[in-house]
Amino acid sequence: METPNPNIKMWQGNVACAEGALAAGCRFFAGYPITPSSEIAEVLSLRLPKLGGNFIQMEDEIAAMGATIGASLGGVKAMTATSGPGFSLKQENIGFAAMAEIPCVVVNVQRGGPSTGLPTHAAQGDVMQARWGTHGDHPIIALAPGSVRETYDMTVKAFNLAEKYRTPVILLSDEIVGHLTEKVEVPPIESLGLTDRKKPTVPPEQYRPYEMDSSDIPPMANFGEGYRYHVTGLAHDETGFPTNNPEKIQAQLERLNRKIERYRDEIVEVEVQYTEDAEILVISFGSTARSVRRAVINAREQGIKAGLLRLKTIWPFPGKEIEAISASVRKIIVAEMNLGQLAHEVEWATRRSKPVVRINKINGEPITPNEIFNAIIRQD
Amino acid sequence: MDYLYYLRQDKMPHIWCDGCGHGIILKSILRCVDKLGWDKNDIALVSGIGCSSRTPGYVDFNTLHTTHGRALAFATGLKIANPKLHVIVVSGDGDATAIGGNHFIHAARRNIDITMIIYNNYIYGMTGGQVSPTTPAHKKASTAPYGNPDEPFDISRLAQAAGATYVARSTVYHVGKMDNYIGNALQKTGFSVVEILTPCPTSYGRRNKEGNGVDMMRYQKENTIGIEKAKNMSAEALAGKIVTGVFVDKEQESYLNRYNEVIKKAQSGV
Ligand SMILES: Cc1ncc(C[n+]2csc(CCOP(=O)(O)OP(=O)(O)O)c2C)c(N)n1
Ligand code: SF4
Repeated sequence: METPNPNIKMWQGNVACAEGALAAGCRFFAGYPITPSSEIAEVLSLRLPKLGGNFIQMEDEIAAMGATIGASLGGVKAMTATSGPGFSLKQENIGFAAMAEIPCVVVNVQRGGPSTGLPTHAAQGDVMQARWGTHGDHPIIALAPGSVRETYDMTVKAFNLAEKYRTPVILLSDEIVGHLTEKVEVPPIESLGLTDRKKPTVPPEQYRPYEMDSSDIPPMANFGEGYRYHVTGLAHDETGFPTNNPEKIQAQLERLNRKIERYRDEIVEVEVQYTEDAEILVISFGSTARSVRRAVINAREQGIKAGLLRLKTIWPFPGKEIEAISASVRKIIVAEMNLGQLAHEVEWATRRSKPVVRINKINGEPITPNEIFNAIIRQD
Repeated sequence: MDYLYYLRQDKMPHIWCDGCGHGIILKSILRCVDKLGWDKNDIALVSGIGCSSRTPGYVDFNTLHTTHGRALAFATGLKIANPKLHVIVVSGDGDATAIGGNHFIHAARRNIDITMIIYNNYIYGMTGGQVSPTTPAHKKASTAPYGNPDEPFDISRLAQAAGATYVARSTVYHVGKMDNYIGNALQKTGFSVVEILTPCPTSYGRRNKEGNGVDMMRYQKENTIGIEKAKNMSAEALAGKIVTGVFVDKEQESYLNRYNEVIKKAQSGV
């Protein structure tokens, strides 16, 4: 009899998220229960203490977000996970993490909204909230996994990006991916490219926590390491202290927003299939892209030149990639479980040079391969 | 002692008004830290938003100025991540018991290893004198022009009921007591709370015809009753009086100790 490979697991998406976080070095999780994300908290409450880490169930999502940021500032890789209503509650503190440049990972397993909406059904309606949920101009990174294995990989990537760019990173999963069980071959830890925040190399007196260095990403000292500095959500200068100086504020906020835009090529990932000769391009993300894949394969079997473009990174938006890949197609279809949040961005990225057909569903049901196939063959 | 050693002198002058009591509390915290001989590198001072919450900016510790009401949440993560840090939270009455009220009672219930010092001036100072959860009934505020229709919280009693390990209240006038209580609180393991009554002449005193900072402190001097004496007094006799003293001083297992047990259990496979 063959000995079973211990690296092969049957995991649910949410379990893969928890395991990915642990592999990435996450040793602090603060959460508040909400369907369909709670399994992430449950798994971590079991697994973290075994590794000497900490799990804490806070009194609400606002507190969970705050504790996550506090832990990261204390030098521990930290994550929180939630869904729609809880994601709304976290927004003010996500803005704090962006403004104070504190790495952390925020998982949003999307469910139907608005409000309490559809707790146990999937949706993809938080695309714009992930980008603009907190007030003010700020940078953000959001990744959207489409399978269980990818949930693992992207959770690791979320930590790596958070650490590298000193920013909150949102893992925009959805109920289907979160609750799907699939086979996962766990990759070796050496392959994960684990990244840690850049540390100051100067003596404490010279440390500028928000210095305008050439990389736009200032080194980060953890509290307790001898660099006594000030962290605030107020507009601050490079020393970290509040300022009302318009030039300094403008310079800092421009750097803050630039630091992600500038590295977008290193961050953005898309997946393409059958796009070389495609005449019809279907763009999607997350669980919906699974239906798209089926529909595109069905179309190809019938000799229809359809292709798939799956956005793995949602923010920064892969506009450049979409523009390039769609250059030679005659029709674009955007399939998403919302009323066109992605389609709007796609139209913008392609400057409305092609017809963009929208497939939108917001009733908790997944978009089926058939619905997409019909849109592919329809003569618009 | 050398206060300047602890202050970020280049951040002066501070934003506080003439007669504001907040600076008196800041000095008390510094005296207590100095007495304990703690290394500045090992102290984190965390706040929310408000005049009181500007304290950390002036002090040469690891300082974290968070969002309104949320200091305890951030501080909880920070303390867990680095238990070596002495984590002190400073907060206004609005910050601590309105927007942050939920975090406050849960920090007490959890008995997280943090000291919280609440600057209670009965008002939202920073935003111009709106009514707060501790504004006494019938007093005026910019959003209570006909007098406050609500009853106030008693912060110390709230902390006591929620399970804090140490709870004490003083006024800024009673500096000796204030130092004593803050010093005690800093040395406790678990969640310790010191409520300090502090005048806000600008946003509260003026509107309620209580005079300037000195007048308001004179009121504190003349109307404060110790908790032991207050126990034998009637409600009528206590009307308008300030009751100070140690409300709670007990030993109970702190959050971090409890979680260490969780880690032990998890690692032994039980
Ligand atoms: C989410 C949010 N709501 C409201 C405010 C506005 N705000 C700033 S300070 C404050 C009240 C401060 O009062 P208190 O906590 O009692 O402190 P004090 O200024 O009196 O020391 C308010 C309402 C804010 N900054 N954030
Ligand atoms: S407004 Fe009140 S609390 Fe704020 S600094 Fe002035 S006196 Fe102090």
